[in-house]
Amino acid sequence: MDVQTLTYLFVGGSFALYIGIAIWSRAASTRDFYVAGAHVHPVANGMATAADWMSAASFISMAGIIAFLGYDGSVYLMGWTGGYVLLALLLAPYLRKFGEYTVPDFIGRRYYSHTARVVAVISLVVVSFTYVAGQMRGVGIVFSQFLGVEITWGVVIGMGVVFMYAVLGGMKGITYTQVAQYCVLIFAYLVPAIFISLMITGIPVPQIGLGAEVADGSGLSVLEKLDRTLVELGFAPYTEGSKATIDVFAITLALMVGTAGLPHVIVRFFTVPNVADARKSAGYALIFIALLYTTAPAVGAFARLNFIDTVHDEAYGEVAPWFKSWENVGLIGWLDKNEDGVIQYAPGAPFEGLPRFEAERGPLGERQVANPPTDGANEVYVDRDIMVLANPEIANLPGWVVALVAAGGVAAALSTAAGLLLVISASVSHDLIKNTFARNLTDRQELRYARIAAALAIGVAGYLGINPPGFVAEVVAFAFGLAAASLFPAIVLGIFSLRMNMQGAVAGMLAGLGFTFGYIVFFKFVAPELNNAEHWWLGISPEGIGAVGAAVNFAVAALVCRFTPAVPDEVAELVEGIRVPRASSGPGKPRA
Amino acid sequence: MAHHDNGKAYWRANLKLGAVLLSIWFIVSFGFGILLVEPLNRIQFFGFKLGFWWAQQGSIYVFIVLIFVYVAAMRRLDRKYDVHEDED
Repeated sequence: MDVQTLTYLFVGGSFALYIGIAIWSRAASTRDFYVAGAHVHPVANGMATAADWMSAASFISMAGIIAFLGYDGSVYLMGWTGGYVLLALLLAPYLRKFGEYTVPDFIGRRYYSHTARVVAVISLVVVSFTYVAGQMRGVGIVFSQFLGVEITWGVVIGMGVVFMYAVLGGMKGITYTQVAQYCVLIFAYLVPAIFISLMITGIPVPQIGLGAEVADGSGLSVLEKLDRTLVELGFAPYTEGSKATIDVFAITLALMVGTAGLPHVIVRFFTVPNVADARKSAGYALIFIALLYTTAPAVGAFARLNFIDTVHDEAYGEVAPWFKSWENVGLIGWLDKNEDGVIQYAPGAPFEGLPRFEAERGPLGERQVANPPTDGANEVYVDRDIMVLANPEIANLPGWVVALVAAGGVAAALSTAAGLLLVISASVSHDLIKNTFARNLTDRQELRYARIAAALAIGVAGYLGINPPGFVAEVVAFAFGLAAASLFPAIVLGIFSLRMNMQGAVAGMLAGLGFTFGYIVFFKFVAPELNNAEHWWLGISPEGIGAVGAAVNFAVAALVCRFTPAVPDEVAELVEGIRVPRASSGPGKPRA
Repeated sequence: MAHHDNGKAYWRANLKLGAVLLSIWFIVSFGFGILLVEPLNRIQFFGFKLGFWWAQQGSIYVFIVLIFVYVAAMRRLDRKYDVHEDED
């Protein structure tokens, strides 16, 4: 069977599985729809959280980003895992004890105010929609790459599948499809990684292979060889960074705090039976995530090494076939500047902008690039995403592995999209409709609104996926900064401070959100020409500013709280209550 | 009131545990992986520069251990202060 047929088979088979699960796990009540009845086993929830969390970006792009950033790529590795420690220690058990359905629910109740609830809903919707548009786009790209389907149709098919299990099954449907999606995506990630590690170092464990000697008799370790090769070509060494330490620090912190503040991740911890399970579940989630996140830097380093070995100083006529097949897709471009028929790879862009290809091929059969060349010696344009997507071909793996990677990419994108759509619909039906406008809805009516909201959210997400506003790619990374600066501090203060009041929390959220949003918009849209280390405040890039935004939020909240009325007694009791897994059976209080 | 003091003692123990674990969280990632990465990179560790290893591998492993230490320690605290949930 050819690769195309296999890919249809794998992707189609995985879709059938997800839809089957959706029919089996139909939601019967709002409790099912919002929190899967709070019956999910902590290990299953760990897997679901991992799939929820690991998006198309983690699966397809991260290893490639690390391959080209080297040490600087560590911000993503630490940032997107370290947040789980914060979640486990500071948020998950307490929010589970609180026991309601959404993040704005907690903020609204803890800060006894509709204003606080609505501010939280707005933060949640902004954060989640910027994020979900990127996922739908990811589904479309995987479809077009592997199945030769138009991006638009790819997005429509993806929407259809998510519609089936999110609208029917709600959180219950999403949870069990995410468990299946995790299995698909991790298997699809590890198989090629193991083979690449074997090919380059002879060691099947990529995490160990990354530190091992290259199996080419040079006696150098992978990282030594990579450092040496890159320096010879004029790049900075792989294991040393070029970002300023303060910026690396700020970005890592913003990503960690942002991770812990992302509503679709937090909500997963509402689905386990009790507080002890919420703690455990965060640990399992991190194990499942770490399987991919500790493999990614190895994949990145192997891919970079292999890329240079294959491409640099190689005559175009003799280059490996995968180079040409990705050139055909348009993700690799070669401009033979010195007209020697040999590919030269060096720092800097080979030509200006993304490659635009002529209709006619060049004398060697290469696709001719129409862009104006730059002065640098580099002749190769390469899209970072191919580092993962091309792995199976690079390692000469059979067609079914390529098909598996396609199914894995789709699983990663769909699982994250579904999780995001659910928190959006839950906050609309539960927080806006039920708790703000129409307080006397019955459970069945609320469930119907939840389904309608989910369907509408899917429609909007699909529209954004098909017609991405130019800024989507730019903005996705900033969803973290916004979550870090708005929701995280309000939740943590709500648990760890008995005195934090409504005025403080609302002022803090608005200040944090406003500051972060303003900084990002200024450097990204108002004055993009100033977007460099020289003009950044304290040398902190817009990516890392969420860390400062969170600090602004905490500081403003503390200050405003001092000059405004104390919290009502029943709220103080609520906080006392969520701090313990079960009320103590002290004197006069027999155990229930 | 005895059970009120009990609750306070439980919360204090919880905060202390969290502070210790979060200090380790900070040291392995922001400390070893970022602030001290250059001096640590002079040390070789199984084919890695040590600072680089902390940033791309070691810190993640420690994060996992921290959560499970927290789970076990909280389980003991919950029982000690008699605030644990019923096993079912």
